[in-house]
Amino acid sequence: MISLTVNGERRRLEAPLTAAQLIASLELTGKRVALERNGEIVPRGQLDQQPLSDGDRIEIVIAVGGG
Amino acid sequence: MDQLVVAGKAYSSRLLVGTGKYKDFAQTRAAVEASGAQIVTVAIRRTNIGQNPNEPSLLDAIPPSRFTILPNTAGCYSAQDAVRTLRLARELLDGHALVKLEVLGDPHTLFPNVVETLYAAQTLVKEGFQVMVYTSDDPIIAKQLEEIGCVAVMPLASLIGSGMGILNPWNLQIIIDNAMVPVLVDAGVGTASDAAIAMELGCDGVLMNTAIAAAKDPVLMASAMRKAVEAGREAYVAGRMARKLYSASPSSPTAGVITPAQNKAA
Repeated sequence: MISLTVNGERRRLEAPLTAAQLIASLELTGKRVALERNGEIVPRGQLDQQPLSDGDRIEIVIAVGGG
Repeated sequence: MDQLVVAGKAYSSRLLVGTGKYKDFAQTRAAVEASGAQIVTVAIRRTNIGQNPNEPSLLDAIPPSRFTILPNTAGCYSAQDAVRTLRLARELLDGHALVKLEVLGDPHTLFPNVVETLYAAQTLVKEGFQVMVYTSDDPIIAKQLEEIGCVAVMPLASLIGSGMGILNPWNLQIIIDNAMVPVLVDAGVGTASDAAIAMELGCDGVLMNTAIAAAKDPVLMASAMRKAVEAGREAYVAGRMARKLYSASPSSPTAGVITPAQNKAA
């Protein structure tokens, strides 16, 4: 198991885990999202090759209404 | 044809609209359609993480295939946060470079922090972003943002969400007169006449959100704003008559009236 902080919330997940697998576990596969790992963007095309490590801080964002 | 050109791309609409504060995405879409806007702003926020998997998506209602999406940095109080937000936005929107930078200074007034805005603009321009920048109505800062390489300068008319209209038309006039990039009024428009006045001053466009979304009938107000921006632009291009307190120049002929004016001197 590894422990991640996802959008400010602590989550424990089975390792090994890629960024794409994290997105799948959150039921966000196929949605238009962007993911940042420890402050660095993980490009969409590399999500399935990006391993996540214990202690990683992940941000997953979408577009919402704004001015 | 009279078009707004931003970063080399031409737009027939000079009205840019936000997507915040609407009842639902159907109303958002209807208001955006009625406004005729082609550039539409969005905010970047954390997604829910499994709490609500079937949440509808704004970009389904306002598809990037149909509209130019302008991601903003609303809620950012430092250059660092703004840059980070727009890097995420670029990834989210498949490498899209046109962005709206705003760095706020104070949660009470939402007044821009121009120092942080300048820092963020420098970084973003270096990274290849096309930056439309929200700023105060300070002509010196507006010029500096242009010199950094921002593709449009967007001074406030009055505070974000205030609906107070154009409080300092003379500063806007100076900014417009000095600018080599498009100047858009962003923030403070309350009703159609405010938008028309901004355009009559010579602004290249107007960006608004609350004036439409907080109207009793947002879709009707969106239509009013579309007409106001078009009317103001046409009036600006047409060139208004000179102001004169006494003209002694009636619109109708002075000769041939059936009861000639009395000679008051007699």
